[in-house]
Amino acid sequence: MNIVENFDLFAPRLINKKELISAGHRACQGCGEVLAVRLMCKALGENTVIASATGCMEIISSMYPTTAWEVPWIHVAFENAAAVASGVESGLKSLRRKGKIADSDVKVVGMAGDGGTMDIGLQALSGAMERGHDMLFVCFDNEAYMNTGIQRSSGTPMGASTTTAPAGKVSMGQKTWKKNVAEIMVAHNIPYVATACPSYPLDFINKVEKAKKIKGPSYIHCFTVCPTGWRCGSDQTISLGRLAIETGIFPLYEVENGRYKLSAEMPKKLRPIKDYFKSQGRYRHLTEDQVKMIQDGVNREYKKLLNKVKCLEAWT
Amino acid sequence: MAKRVGMEVAIAVAEAVGQCNIDMAAVYPITPQSHIGEHLSDLVADGRIDAEFITVESEHSAISAVIGASGTGARVYTATSSQGLMLMHEILPIASAMRLPIVMGIANRAVSGPLNILNDHSDTMPQRDSGWISIFVENGQEAIDMTIQSFKIAEHKDVNLPICVNIDGFQLTHMVESVEFPDQEMVNKFLPPREPFATLHPSKPLTMGAFAMADYFTEIMKAKNEALKNSKKVILAVWEEWARMFGRTYKPVEAYKTDGAETLVLTMGSMGETAEMAIDELRAEGLSVGLVKLRLWRPFPFAEIRDVLKNAKKVLVTDRAVSFGGPGGPVFSEIKSALYNERVRPAIYNYIIGLGGRDVPVTDFVSMIKKVVQDAGENADTYEFLGVRE
Repeated sequence: MNIVENFDLFAPRLINKKELISAGHRACQGCGEVLAVRLMCKALGENTVIASATGCMEIISSMYPTTAWEVPWIHVAFENAAAVASGVESGLKSLRRKGKIADSDVKVVGMAGDGGTMDIGLQALSGAMERGHDMLFVCFDNEAYMNTGIQRSSGTPMGASTTTAPAGKVSMGQKTWKKNVAEIMVAHNIPYVATACPSYPLDFINKVEKAKKIKGPSYIHCFTVCPTGWRCGSDQTISLGRLAIETGIFPLYEVENGRYKLSAEMPKKLRPIKDYFKSQGRYRHLTEDQVKMIQDGVNREYKKLLNKVKCLEAWT
Repeated sequence: MAKRVGMEVAIAVAEAVGQCNIDMAAVYPITPQSHIGEHLSDLVADGRIDAEFITVESEHSAISAVIGASGTGARVYTATSSQGLMLMHEILPIASAMRLPIVMGIANRAVSGPLNILNDHSDTMPQRDSGWISIFVENGQEAIDMTIQSFKIAEHKDVNLPICVNIDGFQLTHMVESVEFPDQEMVNKFLPPREPFATLHPSKPLTMGAFAMADYFTEIMKAKNEALKNSKKVILAVWEEWARMFGRTYKPVEAYKTDGAETLVLTMGSMGETAEMAIDELRAEGLSVGLVKLRLWRPFPFAEIRDVLKNAKKVLVTDRAVSFGGPGGPVFSEIKSALYNERVRPAIYNYIIGLGGRDVPVTDFVSMIKKVVQDAGENADTYEFLGVRE
């Protein structure tokens, strides 16, 4: 897309120069997740409080007595980032109303990985979204429990090999389709849900800025490449993120007040998923039949998404 | 003016919380705690207090949300019971390590299984080593007073620790008692607004809940232990101030007719008043018996316990929880360890009583105490489940 190709020209004017997660953190080389966190922070700006789940982003950034965070940040446990964020939001709201702190807009953001969002943290997330707190929750989805050593989660895609759903003589690795948490969030009837990927930085930043302006709950599902867990080169983070979108295995879209919209970055014609699979060790064991089975699944899901876009366009 | 009313104790606890100018509460329903949460939400709904009341989807989120809010500098409250407390368990030591002054009411109830909704202390005992201040109340008045005191203790600059107020479920929470609410102006004077040590606010970015490995972890644990031990000074000072302002005196260990008593009974929580009646009866019969009521469970009042037990020949410790496969009840082991270094020690007996709401009437206390008084020493250092059918 033009926007991304001309990124170098646009970037200096459009993106906040201030780094709110500083360099020197302990993330792996080529980490897509910390890149996404960095972009998110730029979009959010300084008037932000972040509640983070346990996970890669927590351990790489907050090794006592150091911290990489330039915004107020709290970590409590693995499954409760959304609950902690809802408490921060309520506390600030009450203190503001009672004149105990300055009456300024502060955005509260919860963040977690796919495990902390889609598995162990799903209940707390659902509760916080249903209660309508003025908060954004961002899932940084790298499709397995990377911090503990690449174990499968409900975010792991069909066919990927992980340390607890390994490919073997009688197993193709992950035998289930990836859980669609963005759709679960849409079912909560919250004002804003979007998917994003740091390989499309302006798109991601725009989505975070949109979510920031919403008074109420919003959710962004951010797809982040993990070279360590996916067994790919650390120089492939950006290109693999783009391939995930170009093949439609992780489509970019927004749902504003129930209305679906494909993001501008989605190509008219999708590339075959084998283009995306070929450089990743986690998919290397797949047979042609298995790849075809997964391709059919991707086509089916993408068609469902397009139908929602069209159907709701006609309806609204 | 302080006013005296007849009120259900759970509702009185919520009223007491309402007197403390809280900013936020998060409570999940569970019997027998629910009336606290319900009445707190009434106070908010009627505009009697200005606070956020978060109807969380679990107790795990209740404690997590109050941690988040406490981190912003808000004065926070939560309450729970039994399974809810067990669900919170993971987060309790994090709250104390983060040095957040959370106040939690516990309507003590048996832990499953089998499922049981009635009173004992098996929910709070597994939380013992979480680094929270833990106190037990005996009646509705104490529940009110200690709830209000708890905010002052927890938020004191030398404490900054969470605190739980143990209120026996049903036996206390659902009783209608005659209680006196302190005058609001006096409460305001006693309990000024919280002055947080650090807050989550963009005006001064900071990191809470950092990750620490072997190079710092031990130091952080020692600091937490010292903080909890040191909190006793503040607890005593707050109780003194309370006595001056409101006329009711509290001590970590209460003694009832212990002077010259050869046999002492020890209780924690609402059973104290039942035991008092048994002591009165036995004293009338001419038996040399007295009662010790342990109010402060953490930090454990070692000096006070040694002092009150020092002249006794026999001590009967009652426990309302079991340490399965252990030395007896948890209170029993604590009392024994407190006395281990004393040159002259009383014989210690342990009765596990009132599990899962099993009634312990005055007659049971009388027969327990008599059995210990009459024992020649062969049953010392053992434990028995009172009235168990085998």
